[in-house]
Amino acid sequence: MDAMVKKKRKHVSGKDRAFSLVNGLIFTIFTIICVYPFYYLIINTISANDLSANGMVNFLPQKIHFQNYIEVFKLNGLGRAALVSLGRTVIGTICTVMASAFLGYMFSQQKMWHRKLWYRMMVITMYFNAGLIPMFMTMKTLHLTNTFWVYIIPAIVQPFNIIMVKTYVESIPPALEEAAMIDGAGILTRFFKVILPTCKPILATVAIWSAVGQWNSFQDTLIYITDQKLYSLQYLLYTYLNQANSLATMVKSSGSVAAIANLATQQTPTSIRMTISVIVVLPILFVYPIFQRYFVKGIMIGSVKG
Amino acid sequence: MAKTGVKNLSKKKNWEGKKMFLCILPFLILCFLFSYFPLHGWIYSLYDYRAPLKLSQCEFVGLKWFKTLFSNKTQVAQLIQVMKNTFAMSLLGIATSFLPVLFAVFLNEIKCKWFKNLVQTFTTLPNFISWTLVYSVAFCLFSSSGMFNTVLQNLGIISEPLKILDSGEHVWLQMLLWNTWKGLGWGAIMYLAAIAGIDQELYDAAKVDGAGRWQIIKNITIPSLMPTYFVMLMLSVANFLNNGMDQYYVFQNSFNKQSIQVLDLYVYNIGMTGRSLSLATAIGILKSLVSVTLLAIVNFVSKKTRGESIM
Repeated sequence: MDAMVKKKRKHVSGKDRAFSLVNGLIFTIFTIICVYPFYYLIINTISANDLSANGMVNFLPQKIHFQNYIEVFKLNGLGRAALVSLGRTVIGTICTVMASAFLGYMFSQQKMWHRKLWYRMMVITMYFNAGLIPMFMTMKTLHLTNTFWVYIIPAIVQPFNIIMVKTYVESIPPALEEAAMIDGAGILTRFFKVILPTCKPILATVAIWSAVGQWNSFQDTLIYITDQKLYSLQYLLYTYLNQANSLATMVKSSGSVAAIANLATQQTPTSIRMTISVIVVLPILFVYPIFQRYFVKGIMIGSVKG
Repeated sequence: MAKTGVKNLSKKKNWEGKKMFLCILPFLILCFLFSYFPLHGWIYSLYDYRAPLKLSQCEFVGLKWFKTLFSNKTQVAQLIQVMKNTFAMSLLGIATSFLPVLFAVFLNEIKCKWFKNLVQTFTTLPNFISWTLVYSVAFCLFSSSGMFNTVLQNLGIISEPLKILDSGEHVWLQMLLWNTWKGLGWGAIMYLAAIAGIDQELYDAAKVDGAGRWQIIKNITIPSLMPTYFVMLMLSVANFLNNGMDQYYVFQNSFNKQSIQVLDLYVYNIGMTGRSLSLATAIGILKSLVSVTLLAIVNFVSKKTRGESIM
């Protein structure tokens, strides 16, 4: 009897173990599929280029060197594109965060003249859009095409972020603001002194989402920008992916004599593509794990709001 | 005396309310400029617009473009192909929308906490890179000189590189796979949170009653995820025509153009690079109208069945 119970338990736990093993294995495989491409790119950019070109670098970096990164910044336009991307990310994020905070706070003020009307007018814009061509014509009319500001200004008012901040502000105990009011603080003072510091967690979420959005944005360059000086890193990467020949000539003209002599560090179109890809993805790789909880928070609030 | 006091107070309140309105006015103007004002562009669909000219210099053609869409034979054939692609991508997306649920359910079965966190972090990562970068990854791995072909050639399995990216075959499947690679882990996050919100007592009670792993999954976990799943499903129905164009634009080439061109990309292709801005606007208008209608329907269905709107 005892033995039977034991046997049964053992049998169940054996089945359990098999399940855990298979389950864990499947997740391990999928995780590797998700991570390996990034790893592959990184090890290939720091390995000897001739080995890399022959497909010899698949698991571990070989003959590590950083010449690729030095050479790639000599390419025409890359430094500038990096600057554009960085600029739009920083300025765009600051603008979006400040505007979302301010509007979220203002829309929580019952006293505002026709508050509901303006709020609805803003929220409803989430559910329709005029379409690509009318948008393009509008930007043209407003003289925003081929300017840096086309990256920033249209992104300032984001209804979704405003709703998030407003919901958050409404959950703050009113006593906090009232205390400041009694002290005679005006609405702007209250916003900067009381609301901004208390809203930090939600603003962090807005900031991180907006920053990733700005950094990754590709379509706006494609549609509104023809001036090469204003290309973003994403767009530049895309053009490099599609022009193998001109890239090769560019490499030859930019490569120094020493680099040409050395096969291991000589630039190839592939090495350039990979190196730029790594430069583009690196900020995300660094930022994401650190701020993961903010990303998750963003989507959770979004789903609660529904 | 008291009355004038109240009046003064309300006057003061009124003025403060107006002041607040003035504070947000610049932002309201921005909102108007980039959301409402563009609607005036719909008028281009009624003209035969040629790029550098002014609208007033162009010929007014009435509903010509709308009629062309449904009467011109080559145009109809093209549109049908585009709609096929759009429907295929959207339907494949909906058909695989249960995958994130399964992902969450099975990840939840893993008891080792650090492993769970590791999987979660790494599998959500691809969601945060741009489609350009996904294409770059695809290029490095699967182009004819990419890692996949090189390794197979070095192993002597194939002699000629396989055409993967520059081929017109299995385009829908490829797009679906990239979509899954990018979105699966992230799609599961919401369900994982929903699972974390399930009352632990339910599980304990089921265990006391002798329910096995599968019974618990089937009778507790999955049913509690259904409301979230329903909302996600409704949203994907509402976005049926909005596949976005980034993904299809970066992967598009002359080999796969036929089966990769979804509606959003089609509007871009004919409007910005070629044929007619006016025709593209006309298609865009129809798309917007259908999308808004779908959203209204979905919202109505959601209200009827769950008593809650999704908007």
